[in-house]
Amino acid sequence: MKQNLYNYILGIADNSLILGQRMGELCGHGPSLETDIACTNISLDLFGQVRSYFQYASKLAGDGRTEDDIAMLRQEREYVNVLLVEQPNTDFAYTIARHFLFDVYHLLFLTELEKSKDLTLSAIAKKCIKEVRYHERFTSDWMKRLGDGTAESKAKIQEAINDLWTYTDELFHQTKADKAMVAEGIGVDVTKLKDAYYEKVNEVLTEATLETPESKYFQKGGKKGIHTEHMGYLLAELQYMQRAYPNMEW
Amino acid sequence: MTTTEQNIDDILVPILEQVSDPEIPVLSIMDMGVVRSAVIENNKVKVQITPTYSGCPAMDVIGDDIKAALKHAGYDSEVELILHPAWTTDWITPRGRKALEDYGIAAPLGPEADKDVLLHGKRIVKCTNCGSQNTRLVSQFGSTACKAQFQCDDCQEPFDYFKCLK
Repeated sequence: MKQNLYNYILGIADNSLILGQRMGELCGHGPSLETDIACTNISLDLFGQVRSYFQYASKLAGDGRTEDDIAMLRQEREYVNVLLVEQPNTDFAYTIARHFLFDVYHLLFLTELEKSKDLTLSAIAKKCIKEVRYHERFTSDWMKRLGDGTAESKAKIQEAINDLWTYTDELFHQTKADKAMVAEGIGVDVTKLKDAYYEKVNEVLTEATLETPESKYFQKGGKKGIHTEHMGYLLAELQYMQRAYPNMEW
Repeated sequence: MTTTEQNIDDILVPILEQVSDPEIPVLSIMDMGVVRSAVIENNKVKVQITPTYSGCPAMDVIGDDIKAALKHAGYDSEVELILHPAWTTDWITPRGRKALEDYGIAAPLGPEADKDVLLHGKRIVKCTNCGSQNTRLVSQFGSTACKAQFQCDDCQEPFDYFKCLK
């Protein structure tokens, strides 16, 4: 099996899987009907994208593991998503800030992945980017509405940005699989996305009349499978059905 | 990889036109542009479909419906989901756009107009009930991921707008 490519795909897909799960938690709990529906629709987009990645990974694995097995039956340490996406829905400001900080990265990432020499990954990227553009519009719009809204909404979204800032740098760390795939012209060199990322984030924050955090202390670990304390609870819910009723299907 | 051209055997067109999008029953999958190829090879029909949105839950149903329709017409079939080239709202046929409007869903505008509408609140989406352009965006995501929610400020009708995907 092409182990590096397999690991590389998990690195991309796990971000969308875990973020999709977080957004899905808002089903029936969004602050208004419209935002509730938006969050669950975004979640559905992400899960759809994840299916494409895991179907490909399943084909590469070639050992009978299905897309569902890969998504549902790994242990916590085997998930390689960034810490940012597993952070909880503390309040709506955190939900929006987390998603916005990921969307800006996601869009830059997919724009590069489109050029991948791997035709399947390139096709998935081309498909995903159209959807992620809408996500980025939605979250950027809400950043501005909350930031340039009431004193309370502004304080809350600023606090969420300040708290989540520490998880942004990890987006640009390269794993072993990343390096191998970049060398083969398949993967994206995430280190090169960093400047454009912070520039874009800063642009939206400024328009939202918010402060860009100055802290240079960053958390990392997710890409190596070392997660924050929130991950176990998230997986417990995500994997409940497959653990309680092994091999169940829709 | 396939090209943007469709490759559908003429004899199969009427069969596939009977299959509709389960979420928009007035719209056939042919008018939706999701069927990219359908050819008969050794008495078996090979169909390739492409999803509108990655997470579209209708795709599994559409695949099953295609197989059932072809079976009814006496063909065994195989349905493959392809991602490239990615679906765009440009592939909805004029007949499909009209079916959408008649059903109460505003058809997608071009990409620039779409941006004006969704980001800058420009009032150009026509109400599907009274035709007024005095409409406003209620939510960027509507009843499904592919639609946004609008309301007409003249007749007060709430309606969906099919977002431009290009």
